[in-house]
Amino acid sequence: MIKKFDKKDEESGSGSNPFQHLEKSAVLQEARIFNETPINPRRCLHILTKIIYLLNQGEHFGTTEATEAFFAMTRLFQSNDQTLRRMCYLTIKEMANISEDVIIVTSSLTKDMTGKEDVYRGPAIRALCRITDTTMLQAIERYMKQAIVDKVPSVSSSALVSSLHMVKMSFDVVKRWVNEAQEAASSDNIMVQYHALGLLYHLRKNDRLAVTKMLNKFTKSGLKSPFAYCMMIRIASKLLEETEGGHDSPLFDFIESCLRNKHEMVVYEAASAIVHMPNCTARELAPAVSVLQLFCSSPKAALRYAAVRTLNKVAMKHPSAVTACNLDLENLITDSNRSIATLAITTLLKTGSESSVDRLMKQISSFVSEISDEFKVVVVQAISALCQKYPRKHSVMMNFLSNMLRDDGGFEYKRAIVDCIISIIEENPESKETGLAHLCEFIEDCEHTVLATKILHLLGKEGPRTPTPSKYIRFIFNRVVLESEAVRAAAVSALAKFGAQNDDLLPSVLVLMQRCMMDSDDEVRDRATFYMNVLQQKQKALNAAYIFNAHVSEQWLLNGLLAGLSVSVPGLEKSLHQYTLEPSEKPFDMKTVPLATAPITEQKTEIAPVATSKLPEKLAPSRQDIYQEQLAAIPEFQGLGPLFKSSEPVQLTEAETEYVVRCIKHTFANHMIFQFDCTNTLNDQLLQRVLVQMEPSEAYEVLHYVPAPSLPYSQPGSCYSLVRLPEDDPTAVSCTFSCTMKYLVRDCDPNTGEPDDDGYDDEYVLEDLEVTVADHIQKVLKPNFGAAWEEIGDEFEKEETFALATVRTLDEAVNNIITFLGMQPCERSDKVPENKNSHVLFLAGVFRGGHDVLVRARLALADGVTMQVTVRSTDENVVDVILASVG
Amino acid sequence: MTAQSCPRQHCATTMDSAALEPTLYTVKAIFILDNDGNRLLSKYYDPDLYPSMKEQKNFEKNVFNKTHKADNEIAFLEGMTIVYKSSIDLFFYVVGSAQENELMLMAVLNCLFESLSQMLRKNVEKRTLLDNMDGVFLVVDEIIDGGVILESDPQQVIEKVNYRADDNPLSEQSVAQVLQSAKEQIKWSILK
Repeated sequence: MIKKFDKKDEESGSGSNPFQHLEKSAVLQEARIFNETPINPRRCLHILTKIIYLLNQGEHFGTTEATEAFFAMTRLFQSNDQTLRRMCYLTIKEMANISEDVIIVTSSLTKDMTGKEDVYRGPAIRALCRITDTTMLQAIERYMKQAIVDKVPSVSSSALVSSLHMVKMSFDVVKRWVNEAQEAASSDNIMVQYHALGLLYHLRKNDRLAVTKMLNKFTKSGLKSPFAYCMMIRIASKLLEETEGGHDSPLFDFIESCLRNKHEMVVYEAASAIVHMPNCTARELAPAVSVLQLFCSSPKAALRYAAVRTLNKVAMKHPSAVTACNLDLENLITDSNRSIATLAITTLLKTGSESSVDRLMKQISSFVSEISDEFKVVVVQAISALCQKYPRKHSVMMNFLSNMLRDDGGFEYKRAIVDCIISIIEENPESKETGLAHLCEFIEDCEHTVLATKILHLLGKEGPRTPTPSKYIRFIFNRVVLESEAVRAAAVSALAKFGAQNDDLLPSVLVLMQRCMMDSDDEVRDRATFYMNVLQQKQKALNAAYIFNAHVSEQWLLNGLLAGLSVSVPGLEKSLHQYTLEPSEKPFDMKTVPLATAPITEQKTEIAPVATSKLPEKLAPSRQDIYQEQLAAIPEFQGLGPLFKSSEPVQLTEAETEYVVRCIKHTFANHMIFQFDCTNTLNDQLLQRVLVQMEPSEAYEVLHYVPAPSLPYSQPGSCYSLVRLPEDDPTAVSCTFSCTMKYLVRDCDPNTGEPDDDGYDDEYVLEDLEVTVADHIQKVLKPNFGAAWEEIGDEFEKEETFALATVRTLDEAVNNIITFLGMQPCERSDKVPENKNSHVLFLAGVFRGGHDVLVRARLALADGVTMQVTVRSTDENVVDVILASVG
Repeated sequence: MTAQSCPRQHCATTMDSAALEPTLYTVKAIFILDNDGNRLLSKYYDPDLYPSMKEQKNFEKNVFNKTHKADNEIAFLEGMTIVYKSSIDLFFYVVGSAQENELMLMAVLNCLFESLSQMLRKNVEKRTLLDNMDGVFLVVDEIIDGGVILESDPQQVIEKVNYRADDNPLSEQSVAQVLQSAKEQIKWSILK
């Protein structure tokens, strides 16, 4: 009768959902009939469905009520109704985390899992594993092993998949089922094959040799499941990448052969794997691109989407490889699926000629409002790439971008546009004014603090150097009046920059600054007061130090003065703490604070790939802070002072050798520590007391070795050498060390890792290690190089001219100098404009001991490259060191 | 390009490869919505993806708003690949990571749709679906287990679930039949 009622409801057009007005309490009340004898399967089934439906809707069940319902449900195992029993399994899985004592059903499930009814066995295994923990797993281990090799596919699959879920929790137990999984892999059923392969891989993935063997076996035996093929392709491409093996390896051949598989899924997976391989040549790409081209005309939208998305990826690195598909892509421009159309257009923008740009841009603007933010970001990325390729098109692009900026959109999308505009401004000086005008308009109504502060920073940097700086003041001051604290503070900093660089604007800026000093936020007030005082001094050097070259990004984290110094914040905290612990007469010395590493704040536009947009941006301590921590924990290295710089790791062995050793050079004020990260790749050896003996070529003195106590198979360990830098000759900055690894070998059983009792001493010659001038210099960014240059003065200036005979282009020369000196290029001078015969490179850094050093290199291209280097520093020795090392 | 950009490029490639980690965990989520975007069934298999109910429902709402107007089969939203299909007043969605093989997700979606279509005797519409909700739960459970594709052949799924649909209308009909025959009998007895 109830049913009839519902039917009428539907006809009258209201509430066609029988579950719509379910009340949790009413349902739980109804659940009491579970206890009635005899069991009414139909009614019980209906109530269980309601419970699961409620859980699925996100209804919250308290522990007590859930437990009560769960226990009542266990009675239903007495019924033999198939659907009812299956719904009981589902209820168990759904309630595993909310009810207490769910293990009560273990015996019932074990009975079903080993019983005669095949329909129950698979689902029972999956429910059982859901409520089992490591200790209980051992109790059912025997059944699991049997189930994995069971001849009924659903039982075997269920056992394999459940085992896979258990790997996370009980790896050691599941590891013992490898043989059973191996047997299951040769099953005739395609899903069983797939699940067995997946489990085997998860159990063996840390053992590259075993994975390789497994892959060899399966590629020969020929699995039938397309899913398993996809999995094998992924394993193969991962192996290829790890071994960095050439593309002539059998693994690559396997992937390529999959391009001829009869399943589209496998063909696509193989093509995608080839496209994603690093260092793929155009010839290797060709077959993959041609299958993707075929997919472009498929009637299935998903396949067209997959193909064009992958082609889009190819076009980023190898636009020429995709040109063959241009015709097919043209056909997709009008695809009803806007995602496909967008991808097709952005791909064409990358591969097409300059003449087609206008047409494509017009096409895309016709539906840009219909597509999702993710794809709008793709469009912006494509525009960004285009601007680099065809700088002449920047006005078209700028127009388009400013329209997009006015549309609605989320943060990622707006950020991509702003970044793109900023990069255009930086690449094309003539677009600066239009770009800044668009951005000014944008911040008038911008809800994203991060973007507003970023644009204000840019305005502060670029605005004062434009022909009419005064027109930006209004936009900036509007921010001070209207926005949140962070934006106001950024606006104050930007204003200060105008005041510092434009004498005629200074009086008005001071008036505005005065008003900011009455702000309700203390950070804004502090800044205004600080800048007010600096500006009133009217000294260029002060302005340079505290206004132009301050790190604005960190500025509102730190107060006033600190902002002018490029030190690492955790380092400063530690130094100050240390200082307060040791009472001393000396004033605190700022030079003892480690410098902030990686000053890459001169942001080159970086638009995050769409896929990573969800990654949280954590404020992790920098790599150097981590090293500092690690080294400070070693007693032998006390009293060396703060860590000045840590180099990138240098490989001292070939990739495929018995022992893999890489070295990180840590520079201190008067010492260096060499950290050798060693890995033993022989599974039948245990190394002990490992150290790297170093023979210096210069007056460097090895003070101490800290050996790695033990180095078992494939577990990396570190040993250290402490070296004193020559004190009498400060210009001796470069040195070559010949390195030998010395250790005690103990042979051991590859399976158990049990070593023999006695061992023997052995050694292994490593490649030479170079210490160069770059190891003594830390990069520091000076956003306004000219001001910094004046500030440092010409007291210790030296100049010399060199001829670089072997260098053929300015680009090459610039890159060589930057890598050699390890200094930070400023003012984007690392980019050489095209078709120029001369160039000036500005480099900034801090030398070990805390001396600022600036280098100006004028380069001229004739037969070779002639270079005139001018070095300024606060210390004479440093100037000599730099010139001596360049020579 | 410049020396500066190299580490970043390296970063990008490693991120790509990390995403292509070989694994059986293919499906991030699966859900069925009605034509107002209300959730009828949904399962999230990756605990890191939208851990709270509120985030899940927001995601579903967003997906629904972007997809219900045009039957486009595939979309890319919030960093996820989504394949979908609609039938009368129902919308079926399968969600995977950005790097997932789109065709694998399609295989899951097709299997789900075909299985339900068979089970519901081609009446893939909201009312019939809700009347057989227990069967729907079981079908989903047989296709995906914790994010792993358990079965992709609709025939196999139907056999494993072994569910008799349209049970209710049948019994209802029989009640009607009983009434009818009772009426007939009464009529005959009066006529007699």
